[in-house]
Amino acid sequence: MTDLLIPALMIVISLIALAKKQDIYAALTDGGLEGLKLLVSIAPSLVMLLTAVHMLRASGAIALLTQWLSPVSGFFGIPAETLPLLLLRPFSGSAALAVGAELMGVYGADSLIGRTAAIMLGSTETTFYTISVYFGAAGIRRTRYAVPAALIADLTGFLMASLTARLM
Amino acid sequence: MVMGAIWLGMILLSVGAAFLNGNTGALTPAALEGASSAVTLCISLAGALCLWSGLSKVMERAGLTEKLGRIMRPVFRRLFPQSCKDETALGFLTANVSANLLGLGSAATPMGVAAVRRMQKLSGGTEATDEMCRLIVMNTASIQLLPTTVAAVRAAAGAQSPFDVLPAVWITSVCSVGAGLLAAFAFGRIRCD
Repeated sequence: MTDLLIPALMIVISLIALAKKQDIYAALTDGGLEGLKLLVSIAPSLVMLLTAVHMLRASGAIALLTQWLSPVSGFFGIPAETLPLLLLRPFSGSAALAVGAELMGVYGADSLIGRTAAIMLGSTETTFYTISVYFGAAGIRRTRYAVPAALIADLTGFLMASLTARLM
Repeated sequence: MVMGAIWLGMILLSVGAAFLNGNTGALTPAALEGASSAVTLCISLAGALCLWSGLSKVMERAGLTEKLGRIMRPVFRRLFPQSCKDETALGFLTANVSANLLGLGSAATPMGVAAVRRMQKLSGGTEATDEMCRLIVMNTASIQLLPTTVAAVRAAAGAQSPFDVLPAVWITSVCSVGAGLLAAFAFGRIRCD
């Protein structure tokens, strides 16, 4: 089902843009440049974070953490290996991406752990960063229940990611 | 500041664990290896990210953001009844949510900030309104239809078909946004009554 999704998407959006008399190729290259700029802007952060993640793995800290927390995560059906991702996700998008990429590298992209990590990354956001940007810009001091509600959404996402990775 | 603390915490944790396990010699090679693996990751991501951003730009210029916004009006009336009375706020809201759906992160954030600012002007306080909290939940729980960065990372890690996690991502996203909004409505009700 997902085989033709991307080619079909390319054709459909190009045709719509053509119908609106847009220069498709200019849009493609303009956007492409923005994408590369974005990548360059997160590259230093990925270097620092992957350095830390590799040190954590080589030192055995990740193995210890996984071992300690596996009874808790096992109870919720979350693979213990994905816990570092889960802990970093609300704070930093690039840290979560670094951990996720490392998990996919170590266990394989199509393994249960790799798929769980991918679904977690795809269905959650950098909660605390988003809240601070949005409320900070608008001068909101009392955030009321925004943080707990957003964290409930994150937790649901992590639980459902573990479940859907197993079932689908 | 937060990131500095997190990074230092990770380094301290690994040094501590290395002492416990007696393998302090593994730290320096791991650090250098990690740094270079980030560059490898960036290079393998570059092509896919460039392509997706190009396609996103075509979607944006084709006016798909506005079209999506119009389709979602009925949902918005339920979620943001106050802001719907104000054309400006509604415009920012729809632009924010549809840009999020299409994965246009760079377009979504300014629109979301503008929406919260407008809502703040309408409410006049420094306290988050119920509608702001709902908007925050919709932005912190990802509602992206095509998680392209994740697909790029999967492709780089050698996945058979990088997009085959799509149905799972959609189900997970719907559940997490739903749970977040339910929680927001519940919290809002408790405070008001």
